[in-house]
Amino acid sequence: MPIPGLDIPFRKHVLDNGLQVVIHEDRSCPIVAVNVWYHVGSKNEVPGRTGFAHLFEHLMFEGSAHHDSGYFEPLQQAGGTLNGSTNPDRTNYWEVVPANALELALWMESDRMGYLLPALTEQKFNNQRDVVLNERRQNYENRPYGMAGLAMVEALFPEGHPYHWATIGSPDDLRAATADDVRAFFRRYYHPANASLAIAGDVDADRALELAAAYFGAIPAGEAPAAVPPAPAAARPSRRVIEDRVELPRLYLGWLSPPMYAGGDAELDLLADVLASGKASRLYRSLVYERRMATDVSAYQGSRELGSVFQIAATAVPGVGLGVLESAIHEEVARVRAAEVSADELARTLALTETAFVSRLQTVGGFGGKSDQLNNYNVFLGDPGYFSRDIARYRNADRAGVRAAAEAHLDAACCVTLSAVPAGRLDLAAPDSDLAVLT
Amino acid sequence: MSGVDRGRLPVPGPDPAFTFPVADKQCLHNGLALATVERAGLPMVSLALVLPAGSALDPDALPGLASLTADMLDEGSGDRSAIQMQEALARIGAELDTETGADSVVLSLSLLDRFVPQGLQLLADIVVRPRLGGPDFERVRTLRANRVRQLRDVPGVNAEAVFARALYGSHPYGHLSFGSSAALAAMGEGDVSAFHGRQYHPSRATLIAVGALDSAAFARQAEDAFGSWQPGSSAPMAPAESAGAADVGLAGAIRAPRLLLVDRPGAAQSELRVGHVGAARSTPDFHALVLLNAVLGGHFSSRLNLNLRERKGYTYGVRSLFDFRKAAGPFAVQTSVQTDATADAVAEILAELRDIGGSRPAVEDERSLSVSTLTKGYPRNFETAGQVAGGLAQLAIYDLPDDTFDLFAPRIRALTTDDVTRAAGRYLHPDRAVVVAVGDCARIRCALENAGLGEAAVVAAGL
Repeated sequence: MPIPGLDIPFRKHVLDNGLQVVIHEDRSCPIVAVNVWYHVGSKNEVPGRTGFAHLFEHLMFEGSAHHDSGYFEPLQQAGGTLNGSTNPDRTNYWEVVPANALELALWMESDRMGYLLPALTEQKFNNQRDVVLNERRQNYENRPYGMAGLAMVEALFPEGHPYHWATIGSPDDLRAATADDVRAFFRRYYHPANASLAIAGDVDADRALELAAAYFGAIPAGEAPAAVPPAPAAARPSRRVIEDRVELPRLYLGWLSPPMYAGGDAELDLLADVLASGKASRLYRSLVYERRMATDVSAYQGSRELGSVFQIAATAVPGVGLGVLESAIHEEVARVRAAEVSADELARTLALTETAFVSRLQTVGGFGGKSDQLNNYNVFLGDPGYFSRDIARYRNADRAGVRAAAEAHLDAACCVTLSAVPAGRLDLAAPDSDLAVLT
Repeated sequence: MSGVDRGRLPVPGPDPAFTFPVADKQCLHNGLALATVERAGLPMVSLALVLPAGSALDPDALPGLASLTADMLDEGSGDRSAIQMQEALARIGAELDTETGADSVVLSLSLLDRFVPQGLQLLADIVVRPRLGGPDFERVRTLRANRVRQLRDVPGVNAEAVFARALYGSHPYGHLSFGSSAALAAMGEGDVSAFHGRQYHPSRATLIAVGALDSAAFARQAEDAFGSWQPGSSAPMAPAESAGAADVGLAGAIRAPRLLLVDRPGAAQSELRVGHVGAARSTPDFHALVLLNAVLGGHFSSRLNLNLRERKGYTYGVRSLFDFRKAAGPFAVQTSVQTDATADAVAEILAELRDIGGSRPAVEDERSLSVSTLTKGYPRNFETAGQVAGGLAQLAIYDLPDDTFDLFAPRIRALTTDDVTRAAGRYLHPDRAVVVAVGDCARIRCALENAGLGEAAVVAAGL
């Protein structure tokens, strides 16, 4: 029983300098969201400078030519909230401000898009490098299982592949980066032709377009960077183990899978929920509820531009080794490859997906808000209006398609296996695993 | 329009008006309070059931009982197993969120509007008729015990546990909601059903609904689902405010030792908590404390973050907060800093706590920035149905008047720098603040002791 007419109405306009502008009106709350995506992420980095795209993102908050002090203060003074983030494929920046402060947000965003470098200093650069090194310590090095994600991408993608390293990068590379690198990176990637601006909220669309042109129109056009080629990432089954400061060992299984929005992507997303979302899911029911060999289990299709990763992870209960979990998970995966999931399983998963899509229409700004979604669809598909087609990908998925995607992409022979075990307990790892050395 | 002036920043226009929606309030025959807000727009409804059955009501010997009870609610009801309950929720596209705080349990469901009647029936089964026992009890208890084991690996959880115990001792706020492995091992099915019987009373609960609904129709559906809910036989235990008399004593006590370390050999950072008992939600100084905290450590451009992150680069971020509860909750500075900067970071934090109440009081620019941060963007706190439902839950938990959110901005705007300084003098106690560090003791202990904090006690988090 799909809900008709769910979408994000928009207007799109391309400025003379190449900046794409997408506007969405929503007058229900007196706030407006400004959201800018640059089509650059850690996959654009070069070996020896991993982590740089994210370090650069930090410098975008340290002032620009005409406002050479903290980026937060004027926007906070206006009652705004703001943030940014970097992933392998893109970097985004956003403000949510009271409707009366739209011009301020556009002034600030346009100033750092056009005129960042005159405000760059060695002192700012060194300070933010220290901050990022601490971000890495906090979120990866000093967090239980925090290094597993880094080990997984290293194992899944071969050396030279742009997804071989994690977005946070290596400490040595971060320390090797220079202010000159910042200048080169800015010139190459931070300009209107590599960006998309979305404005959503309590604003008249004509007025918003006019303001976007006024604030961003004078920024010199740049040359659109060449797309990162979809490097071959052949399946390289491997078995690795890392030691961590944890009490219970956790197993990670990963497969290379179709890129975001490609055939099979939505089906694998649904399959991940059938396998591990909620107590009634296949893996939870089997590993946690019935056999009591795991304390938790998760699965997701991590969709990316050049190629995705389908990952399953489970934590063992005390006294159980990861080899046992590995066999049990592969058994369940084999079942969904051999036979279709039930009609009820798919219907439940679709009902949850439907709720999630409607929920996504609740906020205009921030991570995942409507402005962020418009930019997501615009940057990756060239179509800000993809929301309704995106839901259709899920509504149109059927049991046969889910099985076919599982069969095509989740072959146990192509699986990358990582064990994260308590220090000194290599015996708990899945059998025949090699100790991985991480920086 | 052309020619943007890069010489000055655009000045925003007047603030948009804000009023919190007026809730329709009713009461079922069994005393269950209803609060509903009709919102046009998306075909969604956010439901929340609020009960004053939080972890402050845990029996002394059984910390974690309130949370275990809340966790058991959706593990089966009547002849429906835990799995079948989960399937029924999923069929209507709903996921249950259960949150056990010190003063409350909040059960939330977000639904498409057409599923509200079924959602209410399921919620009633969960709250009123949970099985709570049988083989599910042992399974859930074991799961939780393993989860607690995993939490022992998390630096922030260790720091929170030690900090709560140091501040409150045996007071109901002296433990975290999930309790400890030892307490879990001592709990039986009978404890859970007794707690449920005593604390889950319709006359003390509030059912909140916000979104695409009709209040009158919703009240009928709520009566259908919850009308048969009758209170258990025994009287509710005293809520946490009865402990309020001890507040002054707690806030004024000098803890010895005040430097507590949890050893984490080889840790790249030290997880820090610095603070003491703060204030209750009912304090007349609530707004002054919110503003004080904003200047000190409540947002990106606050003193603590500009110092420790933007100047020193010691951390990814630092914040302070007054955790306003029924009784006086903690005031804490929270951060994680690189190991070799631990003692310096603590010294800077204590200096900031001292200075704002004395040698370097808040100045007009700081007051103005924090007032703006707190008030000008206030409407976005209630953009979604879930946020409005959360607001109504706050009103219910803390018995706050309906105009609480409408009055927030004007009350904050009325405060002066002197009010901030006065609040700092009265509510910040840097000289008796407890300092908790979870980190590599071999590398941080001496420097911390030499920073004038006295001899350290190396403790276990007791999880």
